[in-house]
Amino acid sequence: MFNYFLRSLSATLSYLWSGWGAIASLLLFCAAWELAGLYYGSLILPGPVETLKQLGTLFDQGELLPELLISARRALYGLLLALAAGTFLGMLAGFSVTASILSRPLVTLFLGMPPIAWLVLAMLWFGLGDATPVFTVFIACLPIVFAGAMQGTRTLDNQLKAVADVYGLPPLMRLTDVYLPHLASYVFPAWITALGTSWKVVVMAELLSSSDGVGAALAVTRAQLDTSGTLAWVVAVLAALLATEYLLLEPIKRHVERWRQEENA
Amino acid sequence: MSMKQLKVDNLFHKYGIVEVLNNISLSVSSGQTLALVGPSGCGKSTLLHIIAGLLTHSEGHLEQPFEQLACMFQSPRLLPWKTALDNIALGLKARKISRLERQQRAIELAGQLGLTRDDLDKYPHELSGGMQSRVALARALLVSPELLLLDEPFSALDIGLKLELYQLLRRHVEEHGTTVIMITHDLMEAVRLADSILMMAPEPGRILAEFPMAQPHALRDDNWIYRTSVELMQQPLVRLGFQLDGVGINHEDMPQPVAHGGCAP
Repeated sequence: MFNYFLRSLSATLSYLWSGWGAIASLLLFCAAWELAGLYYGSLILPGPVETLKQLGTLFDQGELLPELLISARRALYGLLLALAAGTFLGMLAGFSVTASILSRPLVTLFLGMPPIAWLVLAMLWFGLGDATPVFTVFIACLPIVFAGAMQGTRTLDNQLKAVADVYGLPPLMRLTDVYLPHLASYVFPAWITALGTSWKVVVMAELLSSSDGVGAALAVTRAQLDTSGTLAWVVAVLAALLATEYLLLEPIKRHVERWRQEENA
Repeated sequence: MSMKQLKVDNLFHKYGIVEVLNNISLSVSSGQTLALVGPSGCGKSTLLHIIAGLLTHSEGHLEQPFEQLACMFQSPRLLPWKTALDNIALGLKARKISRLERQQRAIELAGQLGLTRDDLDKYPHELSGGMQSRVALARALLVSPELLLLDEPFSALDIGLKLELYQLLRRHVEEHGTTVIMITHDLMEAVRLADSILMMAPEPGRILAEFPMAQPHALRDDNWIYRTSVELMQQPLVRLGFQLDGVGINHEDMPQPVAHGGCAP
């Protein structure tokens, strides 16, 4: 037990320590940005300090959080729908050879379809409400999750199935001890990709179809030629994405997949 | 323990239209160790899978009265997402034995097999090949199988480790009266461990001859093992089975495959 504790502790510390590398890389990027900002002037490309100040103003005026929450809610609804439907359908397709052969070209087709095309369709179908961004997020994330779940199910090891047979694992234990851990290692990366996609797509959808949310706010700053405002919103979106990925999903992934060699090496 | 006997009578098996097992008949009484010896592709593994219930044979009769069985495969086939301890306890978990009890039993047996407490907390990828084999052996022995099926589990290990695992295996088999069917292409291994050796030949897989080993296990020293292996290697049917003289497999002295009337029962 103590051993286990030590191992988790050292894993956590090494994860946090690896954060320094990430921070250094981000700061280096900011330096380059500052340099470019000085060269082009603040009308074209405001530097990071000015952008952060603008971000602070947005926060003080009480605009930032409500708009972020609206966008987050839409992205989350679409994402959750896609995760549920995509994982379930992907597993179903993975269990049958015919279904996976049939669905492979469809996945390619759906992945290749630009989200903006879906958005136009969604605007025609659902009008200018919440449903349009939610649907666009859903349909953009669905093939990613579906492909991951199908791949995971298809690659289930026959050798491990034989082990489950020989040792007489009951059906529920097969699921929890053999199928799901394997599936998770395929589905989880797909979920994280889908999360990134959902944020990008929701902002795009709002830009064209909504009167609130981060995308709509971006549309306003564009109309006012407010470059620093635009960058401030972009930074807000990216910060939210990085925070969910590195503070929430990555630690979960590390815990779930601590048996993997490659990832933690 | 009552006398039970595993019986195979005139068993045939086909993959598609390719016949892989031809007219196999054999029997093993409880407490006995039977070795299946032959070159690659002679259907040994297929026969073992049929006996394990992982495959259904095309024709013939199989009587498998042993209730608890365990299997060791060519590779350890551990579940990569479970620690060594949980891998060993897998069979007991399937039997719904409480966590505490199955872990205690696993730790005790693992100790006898040379696994330390520290090893047991590790994931399979953190263990050496030899340690993984010990874990697989412990997993098989922990369910106290009446019938133990071994599919060349030690073929990839170095000679010292092999001899050590043979000893551990023999001790367990003698203490528990376990019936063993083992596959090997190593005659010495068969001579060392088996009460009877079945020589098989490929295309289609069939039994050429049976060589009983009357020598008590306690009296099998290295000298006897080397001598007996050499004697066996000089047997015409063994030379034929392994194609030691470079002649084609269908030598006229060799028992020919049995023709059988299509798929009629």
